Amino acid sequence: MSVDPLTLLTIVLMGLATYSTRVAGLFLVSRVPAAGRVRNALEAVPAAVLTALVAPAVLTGGIAELAAGAVAGLAALRLPLLAVVILGAATAGLLRAAGL
Amino acid sequence: MPTPSPTPRRRSDWSEGALAILPVAGAALPFGVLWGALAAQKGLSPLEALLMSATVLAGASQFVAIDLWAHPIPIATVVVATFLVNTRHILMGTSILPKMEAIPRRWKPVALFFLVDEVWALAEKRAREGPLTAGCYGGMAAMISVAWLAWTTAGAILGTGVGDPTRYGFDFAFTALFIGLLMSFRAAPGFTLTVAAAAAGSTVVHLVAPGPLAIAAGAVAGILAAALRPARREDAA
Repeated sequence: MSVDPLTLLTIVLMGLATYSTRVAGLFLVSRVPAAGRVRNALEAVPAAVLTALVAPAVLTGGIAELAAGAVAGLAALRLPLLAVVILGAATAGLLRAAGL
Repeated sequence: MPTPSPTPRRRSDWSEGALAILPVAGAALPFGVLWGALAAQKGLSPLEALLMSATVLAGASQFVAIDLWAHPIPIATVVVATFLVNTRHILMGTSILPKMEAIPRRWKPVALFFLVDEVWALAEKRAREGPLTAGCYGGMAAMISVAWLAWTTAGAILGTGVGDPTRYGFDFAFTALFIGLLMSFRAAPGFTLTVAAAAAGSTVVHLVAPGPLAIAAGAVAGILAAALRPARREDAA
């Protein structure tokens, strides 16, 4: 099994690029004040990033994605995470199979 | 008065973390296999595919990189695209680090290497329910990494003939997971405003230019909305 040198170089550079984004927080987090607008902003990161990850797929995908997103959101109010995942994916799969 | 648990939690933390992310590791199978197959079609050997998965460990950027892959390799394009797709991790790392107090300082750079989207999201949820232990984080990181390496290498060995996972709704498993985790933050102050701004920002940019820029734009919109919202007394609670 072979490893091409240029392929290896590209892979290493990709790894460094990715790791730099993951480790950057170490250099940023000490600058975050304990209260105020910057703190509010940081506390909003999980909800903001999670929303940004799903909103385009749910809102512009079509009826199947919109319905599956609604099912997942409602299921999350009551059911454990695994049930949310299964119900959401099953809804998307079934509605797509039905041609929606 | 509650009795403090006398048993050391170290070992069970690992299995707890691994179990928490097990469904995600399973749902990653069709995507890992598909990515491996696409990589093989672009001329990567199974060993090269394995090396890329082990070094980068970020599914979305690996798909983009393989899409751009050609001969000769457009190295700068591939590396810059990888960086852009992964910029969201800057926010994730900054958000999760203050919740990593139970993880020894010198292990934090190691832990951050494994800050996969799903590990981050589950770690955020865990941190709101109690301390995020090194064992729990390690269990999640180990489980998802081993799964991703196995699925992608298997795909590279199998090569062609892998179906499209979106046909069966597998892709929506991740969307549903993120929705479920998102809803667990619904009691946070400014939640509705943040979600509305992030949804609007990411969707509008997605309609103009689909891709990682939409995620960044949505995240920034949601964070700005939270920063600019009028401060209220009860927020301090």
